[in-house]
Amino acid sequence: MNHYNLPDDSGHFDQFGGAFMPETLVAAVTELKEAYEKYKDDPEFLAEFEYDLKHYVGRSTPLYHAKNLSKKLGGAQIHLKREDLNHTGAHKINNTIGQVLLAKRLGKTRIIAETGAGQHGVATATVAARLGLECVVYMGEVDVARQALNVFRMKLLGATVVPVSSGSKTLKDALNEAMRDWVTNIDDTFYIIGTVAGPHPYPMMVRDFQSVIGKEAKKQFADQVGGLPDALVACVGGGSNAIGLFHEFIDDTSVEIYGVEAAGYGLEKGPSAHAAPLCAGSVGVLHGNRTYLMEDENGQIIEGHSISAGLDYPGVGPEHAYLKDSGRAKYVAITDEEALDAFHTLTKVEGILPALESSHAVAYAIKLAQELTQDKHIIVNLSGRGDKDIHTVAEIEGIQF
Amino acid sequence: MSRLSQVFANLPKEHKAFIPFITAGDSGLDNTYELMLTLVDNGADVIELGVPFSDPMADGPMIAKSHQRSVEAGIGLKDVLALVQRFRAVNNSTAIVLMGYLNPIEVYGYQAFAADASQSGVDGLLVVDMPPEEAHDLKQSLDAKEVDLIFLVAPTTTDERIKFLATVASGFIYFVSLKGVTGAGHLDIDAVKQNLSRIRRYIDLPVGVGFGIKDAQTAKAISDNADAVIVGSALVAFIEQYADDKTKMLESVGNLANEISSAIK
Repeated sequence: MNHYNLPDDSGHFDQFGGAFMPETLVAAVTELKEAYEKYKDDPEFLAEFEYDLKHYVGRSTPLYHAKNLSKKLGGAQIHLKREDLNHTGAHKINNTIGQVLLAKRLGKTRIIAETGAGQHGVATATVAARLGLECVVYMGEVDVARQALNVFRMKLLGATVVPVSSGSKTLKDALNEAMRDWVTNIDDTFYIIGTVAGPHPYPMMVRDFQSVIGKEAKKQFADQVGGLPDALVACVGGGSNAIGLFHEFIDDTSVEIYGVEAAGYGLEKGPSAHAAPLCAGSVGVLHGNRTYLMEDENGQIIEGHSISAGLDYPGVGPEHAYLKDSGRAKYVAITDEEALDAFHTLTKVEGILPALESSHAVAYAIKLAQELTQDKHIIVNLSGRGDKDIHTVAEIEGIQF
Repeated sequence: MSRLSQVFANLPKEHKAFIPFITAGDSGLDNTYELMLTLVDNGADVIELGVPFSDPMADGPMIAKSHQRSVEAGIGLKDVLALVQRFRAVNNSTAIVLMGYLNPIEVYGYQAFAADASQSGVDGLLVVDMPPEEAHDLKQSLDAKEVDLIFLVAPTTTDERIKFLATVASGFIYFVSLKGVTGAGHLDIDAVKQNLSRIRRYIDLPVGVGFGIKDAQTAKAISDNADAVIVGSALVAFIEQYADDKTKMLESVGNLANEISSAIK
């Protein structure tokens, strides 16, 4: 059997991926690519990365057998990979720890980032604060409003949060604005992209930093249960938590892989009602790579919808596009309503409050578990905690503080 | 000889080409058509037409907003090609270059685009987010229809890359005068001069300079070393300002074009 080893040297996952960017960025991206190639197997770099993940982030995170939930459903056993227990409350910090170590080695003094829900912004502001680097986070105006708590957290951490009012005022526009900053301040600035998108080497590098999730989960599952799980489930916006869990299992073909996109109000309601490019989009080029996108017949990007600010990105990491077309992973979608139900169920039954993003994965696992027998095992990536979403949930349910 | 090569070949020795940029469909396709004629009357040798895109990530606020207005009006690549065809019915000498982002062309299909662009009278294409490493298939389609693929060179482009670009670029080279987005305000004329001689060491094509050129004085200073001067944001600003007053719009755009063109010829 061939060992999975994509992307190729130029960042392609078959037809997907690549490095589509303005000429001004080519030098900086090449510098990053060379630095990453130099350090990714460097024992000193890896030791520092692992030290920080252990002592600063709090890894490893538990693989928790959700017995109450599994029993209630009466089907397969559900195991939660508790990325919500990381420092700053989500998987995002695995990646920012790695990238900021590269920034330090490249001698960059200024960090920029884009953020949707604010989790990546917080994780970036956190590592920048720790290393004493200037940090600027771009965030769509709409997201600034619905994630006020994370905006304040970033400010407390010393970051400058720049509300983005162009385009649809959400994550994709924040990314555009961060790119504009980067071309302008290319000499001293390191751009920490938060997901497995952007030009090569970002999709590969972010995946590598996040793949600690799957490596731990695989070992923990073997220790606790034995063998391999039957299925993996993770939510997919840009897709970094999902690829982090999936990557280690790609060659284990007995393991079914499910990526869960945001169906928003419902896939049948059309492209502006959801954020599911893999389930209902088409191929195009955006933000540095070729992938599945939400786009119209003119190639304009369509702003989708999801209850979760972290999932309403109109593109998706190119490796997911490849995994979909190759048939190795299946991509499904969960509506706002189903995600909310799962949010409440997990909170009540297990005492774990999941992020609305992760609630999409939980919701699909709940469906899947009921189709499987009790001797089957599903690992769900609980990518973040739901504290940041309490206001959103309260508002939907008409509760005022 | 292609229309683009003809334009440069026909310029008197001390004259430089004037290349204005406007976004197609901003304030309406009819206005864009009239603006094109006005630009020609005021010295445009080549017109760069922006193909509207929802996510113009290399553009500053002025041109980004202009894209947004055209996108909101539903203007797509098909409309832009129809506009060029309409222009060609009355003008056969001014070269037309489409400038934009890859996705609209990707969705249109490279071969279909090359065929339709050529048939409409498009002379060149500049895709901001497509570096030469990714351009092989598009280049092949365009070559077959004799449409030039124009590439950017930035201050950060290494000598080695300039050599590589020399093997794929045609039409002219678009030198991005500064590290930044379109319309930025920190142009360094000496640095531009140094970069132009660096480019000329490896590439034989005419070199145009754009990004951050707002007036006749800067255009003149740049043109001492360049073959062409490209101006976008300063013109687009008038389209925004006079969106409801076509007469004023045409007059303001025409006047600025005339000042710049006169300064470099």
